Amino acid sequence: MGSFLEDVNRQINGIDLQNCYHCQKCSSGCPMAAAMDFKPNEIIRMVQMGQRDQLLRSSAIWLCASCETCVTRCPNAVDIPRMIDVLREMSLDAGVVPHDREVIQFHEAFLSTVKLGGRVNEPLMIVSYKLKTGTYFKDVIVGIKMFLKGKLSLFAPRTKNRKSIRKIFSSTAKS
Amino acid sequence: MDYSYYPGCSLHSTGKEYGQSVEVVSRALGIKLHELDDWSCCGATSAHSTNFELSVALPARNLAIAEKQGFDLMIPCAACYNRFKSSQHNLAQDSGLKKSIASSLDDDYNGTAVIRSPIDIFHQDVGLEFLEERVVKKLEGLKPVSYYGCLWLRPTEICGFDDTENPYMLDEMLTSLGAESRNWSFKTDCCGGSLTISKTELVENMVDRLMRMAREAGANCLVTACPLCMANLDMRAHADVELPVFYFTELIALAMGLEGPENWFGLHNIDPLPLIKSLKLL
Repeated sequence: MGSFLEDVNRQINGIDLQNCYHCQKCSSGCPMAAAMDFKPNEIIRMVQMGQRDQLLRSSAIWLCASCETCVTRCPNAVDIPRMIDVLREMSLDAGVVPHDREVIQFHEAFLSTVKLGGRVNEPLMIVSYKLKTGTYFKDVIVGIKMFLKGKLSLFAPRTKNRKSIRKIFSSTAKS
Repeated sequence: MDYSYYPGCSLHSTGKEYGQSVEVVSRALGIKLHELDDWSCCGATSAHSTNFELSVALPARNLAIAEKQGFDLMIPCAACYNRFKSSQHNLAQDSGLKKSIASSLDDDYNGTAVIRSPIDIFHQDVGLEFLEERVVKKLEGLKPVSYYGCLWLRPTEICGFDDTENPYMLDEMLTSLGAESRNWSFKTDCCGGSLTISKTELVENMVDRLMRMAREAGANCLVTACPLCMANLDMRAHADVELPVFYFTELIALAMGLEGPENWFGLHNIDPLPLIKSLKLL
């Protein structure tokens, strides 16, 4: 196993993070920066400095909205969204329980319905999310409005060949 | 003109007026859509945030089906489009990844599918002139700002859209429909859609800012081509700043005098009918 920086670079599999010269264009244009504990260019610096534990616990990696503005504007084409996805996977693999776990719980709820039916079933996904987070009363009115407009159907068509979906999930599952 | 068609999960649920309007407008413009046989979810943000290989494999299953059909593949959802484009890009870059992903699929994957947005298809293949000739009711008095968001545009070299920082295809289409497209600096700002359920308060601020900036630009509505932006803008704006939001296809149908707009507008959370009726467009 190499250094933390080498590990992250290997998984990004593109332009190395050493190319960042901290012009802070990424952090200036980031729509979530104000809410993050570490800003995008700070995250790069922390990877360079090997501050693994602090980063894998941070809320910043889960608050990134994946809007891709940073990589689009980076003069060195450093792929920050990909770096963040790598850090997210490392954090999950390490079993870290971050501050912003509702973001992860949303992803789990989302993917569990895809695994089950091949497509997202929104009512099932929302129920599963609420059970995980205990946020039973949040967005109830919005939900009822959408249900009444027929926008949340429990019986939306599913993928017929669900065996092929299970195959994808099992062959890409982490050991 | 024949295209393969991937509606994606949203167009059957929260974005069903988008799905219906894409289909109605396509038919009226002489486009035949062939829905991908037994398609499945693209994995969206949840897959790429938690499992890179899964995020590549889920779109690849659908791309392999599209290859068999052989037409350009129309994807109306910006998020699905982005995931499909990224998957194809990653598989082209990394032969080892391609080999391992291909072995998890039932169909052969070669990477030959051509992924297209309906914006691009209507603007480039159908053409503005053809569109303009079919307008029976000019959208006079409608002052939209075009809101492109993130996922059609970025990253630039993967998405291949018209212009990353200042896209214009939606603006030009709205102008051909007789609307007075307003210029603004927030065409490509993020609305926070992927966090709308888990980080609602943050997202409400982002949406309100977009609404305020649209008002400042002199707009009376926003136009989008993304079901996630739509759901987010339409649900999360506060009443004191909200403006109606339309799918661009709803407005094409309205201008062409097609059946559907009144029903679709009834599905919105922010009611657009007062604006539409005050302009005598319905």
